[in-house]
Amino acid sequence: MMLNRLSTGGRIDRSKPLKFKFNGKTYTGFSGDTLASALIANGVSLTARSFKYHRPRGIVGAGVEEPSTLVELLGGDASGNRPATTVPLTEGLAARSVNCWPSPNFDLGGLTQVATRFLPAGFYYKTFKWPNWHVFEPTIRKAAGLATAPSCPPTTGHFENRYAHTNLLVAGAGPAGLMAALTAARAGKRVMLVDEGIEPGGSLLSTSQSIGSLPALDWVAEVVDELADNPNVTHMQNATVWGYREHNYLMVHERSPKNPSVIERNWRIRAGHVITATGGIERTMVFGNNERPGIMLASAAQTYVNRYAACPGRNAVIFTNNNSAYSVAADLIAAGVKIAAIVDSRATVPIEAETLTTQTTIYAGSVVTTTLGHKHIRAAIIEPINGGEACTIPCDLLAHSGGWNPTVHLFSQSRGTLKYDKIYATFRPDQPHQSTTYAGGFTLAEALLSGTEATAVALNISAQDIPVTANVPYAIEPLWRVENSKGKAFLDIQNDVTVDDVHLAIREGYSNIEHVKRYTTGGMGIDQGKTGNMNIIGAVALQQGVPMDEIGTTTFRAPYTPISFGAIGGLREESVVLPYRHTPLTDWNHTEGAFMYEAGARWRRPGYFPHAGEDFQTAVNRECRAVREKVGVYDGSPLGKFELKGLDVDRFLDHIYTNIMSTLKPGQCRYGLMLSDDGLIADDGVVMRLSEHRWIVSTSTGHADAMNGHMEELLQTQFPDWNVFLTTVTSQWNNATVCGPNAREVLQALGTDIDLSPKTFPFMSFRDGKVAGIPARIVRVSFTGELSFEVNVAPRDLRSLWDKILAAGAPFGIMPVGSEASHVLRVEKGFLSLGHEVDGPVDAHDLGMGWALSKKKPDYLGKHAVNLRRAGTANRRELVGVLPEPDCMIPEGAPLTPNGQKTTTEGFVTACVWSVVHNRWIGLALLKNGHSRHGETAHVRLKDGVIIPLKITAPVHYDPQGEKLRS
Amino acid sequence: MINIPCPFCGPRNESEFSFGGPVKPDRPDPNSVTDEQWVEYLTTVPNPLGAVQERWWHVRGCGTWLTIWRDTRTHDIVKGPNDA
Repeated sequence: MMLNRLSTGGRIDRSKPLKFKFNGKTYTGFSGDTLASALIANGVSLTARSFKYHRPRGIVGAGVEEPSTLVELLGGDASGNRPATTVPLTEGLAARSVNCWPSPNFDLGGLTQVATRFLPAGFYYKTFKWPNWHVFEPTIRKAAGLATAPSCPPTTGHFENRYAHTNLLVAGAGPAGLMAALTAARAGKRVMLVDEGIEPGGSLLSTSQSIGSLPALDWVAEVVDELADNPNVTHMQNATVWGYREHNYLMVHERSPKNPSVIERNWRIRAGHVITATGGIERTMVFGNNERPGIMLASAAQTYVNRYAACPGRNAVIFTNNNSAYSVAADLIAAGVKIAAIVDSRATVPIEAETLTTQTTIYAGSVVTTTLGHKHIRAAIIEPINGGEACTIPCDLLAHSGGWNPTVHLFSQSRGTLKYDKIYATFRPDQPHQSTTYAGGFTLAEALLSGTEATAVALNISAQDIPVTANVPYAIEPLWRVENSKGKAFLDIQNDVTVDDVHLAIREGYSNIEHVKRYTTGGMGIDQGKTGNMNIIGAVALQQGVPMDEIGTTTFRAPYTPISFGAIGGLREESVVLPYRHTPLTDWNHTEGAFMYEAGARWRRPGYFPHAGEDFQTAVNRECRAVREKVGVYDGSPLGKFELKGLDVDRFLDHIYTNIMSTLKPGQCRYGLMLSDDGLIADDGVVMRLSEHRWIVSTSTGHADAMNGHMEELLQTQFPDWNVFLTTVTSQWNNATVCGPNAREVLQALGTDIDLSPKTFPFMSFRDGKVAGIPARIVRVSFTGELSFEVNVAPRDLRSLWDKILAAGAPFGIMPVGSEASHVLRVEKGFLSLGHEVDGPVDAHDLGMGWALSKKKPDYLGKHAVNLRRAGTANRRELVGVLPEPDCMIPEGAPLTPNGQKTTTEGFVTACVWSVVHNRWIGLALLKNGHSRHGETAHVRLKDGVIIPLKITAPVHYDPQGEKLRS
Repeated sequence: MINIPCPFCGPRNESEFSFGGPVKPDRPDPNSVTDEQWVEYLTTVPNPLGAVQERWWHVRGCGTWLTIWRDTRTHDIVKGPNDA
């Protein structure tokens, strides 16, 4: 039983009843309803409580402009703060009002109405300053909470992103948008037609008009059919163009994609031209108590009777300052509603408006000053606009129209300018900034004509003939507020901002419209002030006695309407945004039970290979001992590698490295440091000279991409005439590094044609040949401090090489080694790691690597800056070794302070590991004047005040002469 | 998402590029300028309200480093890499 449902008409399907729940009660609506229209049809008029004062509220609008009834959807569709007017009714839908507890009918928060005078404009700003925001915070947060965010993501389906290019994007499928799309489609252009409504037609769905000889919606159906047959046209309904970015890049939020497994989709569309055929939004009238349940926009009342056959009242008063409300009156009368009065603030009503309704009392030159009723409107009090005797008109519906604003949001987001139009009393699009046209008009004929002409001009094609329509001319005399209002006159219904609040803001010095907005929060709700912003501008203009165009509008920003985070994110989650990088050994590592993690630049690497029953430390110690005492092998493939070819590579390398590279002989390697030009350490690595003009540069794993950009930038922008070709070969050369005292024996057991004797193949050189029958390049570098052979092979050969190394190494006690053991071994050796020992202030001298800074070269990147930096500083933090006493683990990054006092730090611990060589904890640290403090004691101060003394040593804890790695 | 004209690939989305920063003056010879001039070169980056010359790296495309003039107020590309 639907109390207020008309027996005929509307675009609802009476054969498909749908059950739904609102605030716990069950109701029935029809397919084609929105939640709002179904509530109206069921006679539910008290649907919300207001944000600040908890006043009873009803449904005010019929679309995205709705400022009042926000609901939280429950169950599988859980989502928050949805205007009831935009929620299509579905079977089993469950919703509840926000801002009230336990229900809008009995709302405990309503008690704050009593405390109204304590919530003035700028309440937040004031309490931030005095007396103390934290006194109010808990109560305010609880009271001001809108809907609760859903706790779980949807369990079925997924969100999606999509990209598209089009010749023409038309935003809005009303009369103007349909004509625009039709014009472009007939000319063979690629068109995307996007409309926020469930159905196409825009304003035509709400009104009762004809186009040519057809009812308007039949014309819509014909056009839509023609567009559907055109393969160049993409037509989306229930999809909102919500953002208009630079270079004609637009965002579209599609809420009901055809693919049922896609919940929602966000499109990013690059358009050749954009027509914003976004229609208009009616603004409210501003009078006393202008927001009781039963008071709604005239256009909304018209929409409910015409489109949804839902009658919001039986006895209506209409309050207007323009012509459009008269056709609303006519449609309400046709639906059986009695019009008790039309109150028109204009002294004289234009004849073409007046003749739309006969036998209706029109109070010209009058205004509604206030309304009566609490949970529903009972009566309107009207007075002549210039004062006089008031009269009370009983009613259960007050439909008001303060005039129309073109929906300029997208046009304005695109940086198009707006201009105040005195005749129409609104801001209209003026100069576009991008390839954009606003299409639309205040009458149907204007809209149709504007749609086709805008497209014809923009795409240089011919316009279409437009069908004949009957038009009521639009005329308005603005009324920004009723002067003699009694009671609160709301400008922004959603945020409870009244005329008095705006006046207070101006008195307190917030006179700029952007300041008024922020100070009062007017226009800052979920509706973004779609029905009220122009009235706020009007109120400010009146109060300051300046014209509207001097006040201007606030900035229109995306999103036009709320969009779910899911749609923005789409399918992207971590592993999709930045996929992991793998070496050919990932599968093997998994089979061996390696503990895998990311080790720089998204590379998946084995941390350690625990045997059954081993914990982290036992496994790492075992791997370290294998390298120090016998032999180990690790996968060094992720290391960044670049091949440089050309006549000028030598001087290029001399420029980017601190030491001299050009003297290197083919077959040799050299370690080098790279600085940025401001003297910071950018990277380190080994350079190999393959032949006179062919080189390999290796970089640290984590910096490979940055170094690639750095070198390319220099080559392309600073030295474009230098003959250097740079190729990334990181994934073209994989390597297995055999390291430990038995490394040479393992290589010999594998079988190689390369002479491995230290005399012919010394440390820091490389040889090409075959290892176990596989073409390979062996490089004698060492990151562990042991005798080390880096066997480089093509990726396709790495796995077979790996298996052969493990087999040949088994008699020598070989073990696979992970990153954790590598870390321990390099700390024992005092080798630096860019993420640990190198940060902004540190330079090569501090690290004890002053030898790497060439004094012979007149210039290289960073040279001058290093000297400048050092000239200005004393007491530098320098790299030292540390031995905790008592022997214990120090967390990485732990601060060093003088004597452990609670004072400014003098350095920090960069690494601390269990040394298998020394059988104790050892570490590295950056310490003020560390180089001259060997043998002294430093102190770590931990978070809980625990002080641990550290003995300061040289940073090299193992084989300081480097005999092992040269062996 | 600005649309950057790559001299090899044509107009491409910004997401294919890596920002290379505003173009600084040519690197002076550090041995022939004063310390103040050198620090000025190192640390002062053009940051105009209006057209700025800047570099982009087409890292997820052809790999070219290109130079455009972009208006910082509007994102309009007032001069592309192929414009005289």
